[in-house]
Amino acid sequence: MNTTWSRFNIASLVLGFAFLYLPIVLLVVYSFNESRLVTVWAGFSTKWYVSLFNNQAFIDAAWVTIRVGLISATFATILGTLGALAMTRYTRFRGRMLFSAMIYAPLVMPEVITGLSLLLLFVAIGLDRGILTVTLAHITFSMCFVAVVVQSRLVTFDRSLEEAAMDLGATPVTTFFKVTLPVILPAVVSGWMLAFTLSLDDLVISSFTSGPGATTLPMRIYSQVRLGVTPEINAACTILIAIVAVGVIIASIANKRREVNRARDEQAAARN
Amino acid sequence: MQKLIGSVTSRLVISVPYLWLLIFFLVPFLIVLKISLSQVATAIPPYTPVLDITAGIRSLFNGISQFTWENYVWLVEDPLYYKAYISSLVIAAVSTVLTLIIGYPIAYGMARAPASIRPTLLMLVILPFWTSFLIRVYAWIGILKPEGLLNQFLMWANVIDTPLNILNTHTAIFIGIVYSYLPFLVLPIYSALEKMDYSLVEAAEDLGCPPLMAFWKITFPLSMPGVIAGCFLVFIPATGEFVIPDLLGGSSTLMIGKTLWSEFFSNRDWPVSSAVAVVLLLLLVVPIVLFQRSEAKAQESEK
Repeated sequence: MNTTWSRFNIASLVLGFAFLYLPIVLLVVYSFNESRLVTVWAGFSTKWYVSLFNNQAFIDAAWVTIRVGLISATFATILGTLGALAMTRYTRFRGRMLFSAMIYAPLVMPEVITGLSLLLLFVAIGLDRGILTVTLAHITFSMCFVAVVVQSRLVTFDRSLEEAAMDLGATPVTTFFKVTLPVILPAVVSGWMLAFTLSLDDLVISSFTSGPGATTLPMRIYSQVRLGVTPEINAACTILIAIVAVGVIIASIANKRREVNRARDEQAAARN
Repeated sequence: MQKLIGSVTSRLVISVPYLWLLIFFLVPFLIVLKISLSQVATAIPPYTPVLDITAGIRSLFNGISQFTWENYVWLVEDPLYYKAYISSLVIAAVSTVLTLIIGYPIAYGMARAPASIRPTLLMLVILPFWTSFLIRVYAWIGILKPEGLLNQFLMWANVIDTPLNILNTHTAIFIGIVYSYLPFLVLPIYSALEKMDYSLVEAAEDLGCPPLMAFWKITFPLSMPGVIAGCFLVFIPATGEFVIPDLLGGSSTLMIGKTLWSEFFSNRDWPVSSAVAVVLLLLLVVPIVLFQRSEAKAQESEK
């Protein structure tokens, strides 16, 4: 390969990753700043974390966020997996075009539109705004992300395995749980994690659909940010980043271990 | 018997997510459309007429006859709105081009990297996507402020004497959009480039084609599906973006997502904000349909 090109490649990768990571690194570093002025370094301190944990409003918002995230991610994973099955297994049914449009459109739909339209629905059917409405909204937009993730695994799936199970008398439901699900499980798990993070992060749709007593963490952070940059927000952001980072690392280790196990099983099978 | 169970299961598999999306995605749009034709009222809910199907067909028709185009006329007459639409489309288009210019070399560098480190690079691109959008935009405030880290650095390095005013300008919005949406553009281009047969480029170079020409004639066209998908993934949500213009753009920037937000939350004018949403959707319907087509086609071709 041409050397000038590969030097160019390395440079673009280094600059690109510096651009992606530097702001996050600076944010984390300045959460340990002694000074209240975020941009002036005055020595190491963890006092903003202490004051954060004494801030009841933040703690309450964190609980709301976690509850909404866990429930909405779970339902979104079930609905999204069903949606992915419908898209890949049943290629011909009435309204398939509309169905596929409704799966892909929410991925790019501006959040203000989704938020406004869901709020107007809840008002129209007389549902009081609160944790329930936020959860319903989060299920709706994250199920489409789950559907796309699971679908990309399903299209490469060897269907003869399913057909074999059905020929041997397994019902479609048994086939799904005994044959299909174990194979697509990594995609389902990463779909769940994606849905959970999307729910954890969402500000706009939550702001529209939530009501009194259902303030999520991003909503709390946003209202603080509007008043100015403070080290306390940096600390809150650092904790969120740490939670996500730990989750991603655990998932990738689990993935690696599964791959190693599978390789060993295959080798053992080949030897026999 | 088994056939019967099969058909019942398949109905359930299709109808449960289908119904959910109909109720929570399609029906809400019809409600937005309906309220955009209503008038603002000091009541709960703050618009009139309120259609009530249980009150009988006659009152339903009576309500429909009260529909008005007033809100749309308002959108056309007040220059604030169409200026906001135009500036949103322009900002989104410029940011998409900038994201492509920055993102393409990253995707290319990843695809040309040794196969052993590619999964790590992929993970490094996806990882920021897992951290909150709001946090990543917020991080830039501290960097771009007049007394922020970027100005501190540039003044320390003697590049500038007086702080640059970046926060609360269009430049800050461009930086925010490029930064937040970069992974959405890099990933589809990377997956197109990774599948590409590199021996085509080698053949061209062997036949005397200069490397840049070979890139332009072979690599770039082959990566086109990824480029198109990536550009849609940036352009469509960026047009309706709220958080980035609100936090980085300051009060002087006009973007339609911000306008919709303040119509709704500050002015409590639900009919006008619904009309704003309907027009925004009409502007984006062509790119959304094109995006959905290209995704569906990509899925089909993988089968």
